Amino acid sequence: MTRAILALIARDLRLAGRVGGSGALSLVFFLMIVALVPFALGPDLNLLSRIGPAILWLAAVLSTLIGLDRLFQADEEDGSLDLMTAAPVPLEGVVLAKVTAHWLTTGLPLALASPLFGLLVALDGTAMGATALTLLAGTPALSFIGAVGAALTASIRRGGLILAVLVLPLMIPSLIFGVSAAQAATGGTVPFLVPLAVLAALTLIAAVVGTLAAAAALRWPE
Amino acid sequence: MRLSVDNLACRRSGRRIFSGLAFALGPGDALAVTGRNGAGKSSLLAILSGRLRPDAGRVEVAEVGEASLPECLHVVGHRDGLKSSLTAGENLLFAQKLLGAPRLSPRNALEQLGLGHAHDLPVGYLSAGQRRRVALARLLVCERPLWLLDEPTAALDTASQALLAGLMAAHRVGGGLVIAATHQALGLDGAAELCIEASVAPEPEPMEDWA
Repeated sequence: MTRAILALIARDLRLAGRVGGSGALSLVFFLMIVALVPFALGPDLNLLSRIGPAILWLAAVLSTLIGLDRLFQADEEDGSLDLMTAAPVPLEGVVLAKVTAHWLTTGLPLALASPLFGLLVALDGTAMGATALTLLAGTPALSFIGAVGAALTASIRRGGLILAVLVLPLMIPSLIFGVSAAQAATGGTVPFLVPLAVLAALTLIAAVVGTLAAAAALRWPE
Repeated sequence: MRLSVDNLACRRSGRRIFSGLAFALGPGDALAVTGRNGAGKSSLLAILSGRLRPDAGRVEVAEVGEASLPECLHVVGHRDGLKSSLTAGENLLFAQKLLGAPRLSPRNALEQLGLGHAHDLPVGYLSAGQRRRVALARLLVCERPLWLLDEPTAALDTASQALLAGLMAAHRVGGGLVIAATHQALGLDGAAELCIEASVAPEPEPMEDWA
């Protein structure tokens, strides 16, 4: 069972790097959004550094959507999902593997690159580190929540927009606590660890609920 | 492995596709499922492979130990489960790791189907018939007792059709089962035939009620 799950993760990572895969696309999209904001707001460094963590988090939420609509749809269309049904792994395991691969290609690179992109919105060292840490703890929740939407829209053509409408409201709690944790690190009344703990709890809840819900949606498409 | 299906009914989007299907297969048996387009051949295979919930009836397996029915079968159908951007070898290696019970190596399996040269080619570069043969090679990389084949000869040339007939015969000699939905003769000697059309219950005429 472990071997099957590892094989799935390895395949999805390999596919992401090939033609037609989303690969580094979400990272580039992340960079785009973060780079656009200073142009829109003007060179007010105080304002930028105050709203910087919020911009990075918003950009992370939006870039998670890149490639999410194809997470299960591609496998549903070409019959790979039939193959996975026949594997000696429950569908929950399949979902877990695919979400892990999705996070490794979107959430993890975003979190690792966020200190660099923090320069664009004039974050200082502490804020950069704190934002990166909150993204590391919070982005898995975005992938798991997104997987539920992706599973529900797997058999719908052009389901990408419906997917965004379905999952974005569910990502709000992670967004709130992610941004408040990043801001708590640079001052404020709440200690950094409190919102971070809530954020981590949200990720754990999303991991359980998201895996079960996505597998249920995939199991009986009709 | 033994498979028995009793009083199976299928309903999709509220419409009755078939009902009252029954058959039983033992080691070495084969079943050719025939019927007009839309009779429910693919739906029957989808129910057996665990992708569709039957409306009524029972599907039972015996003599397979702990494994469930989806874990004992191979499916090759219109949707071949191959990724165009991966090479034939990578696709087969993934199937082998995912499904377990390895038998032939991907290269050997491809050579058996006359596609040894395609091992390192992305599947997207292959023709429809070659692609189908890569999907069929999956039958050889993992050992599974039941083969579910949906129109397996589609896009295959005569030589490959003969090759497939040989593979199915060898599989049955080894105690395997084959269920194939088809419009053409597959070279399945002594196969039982199940015509789905015959088992469709007549739908009641819709009542015209404009009052």
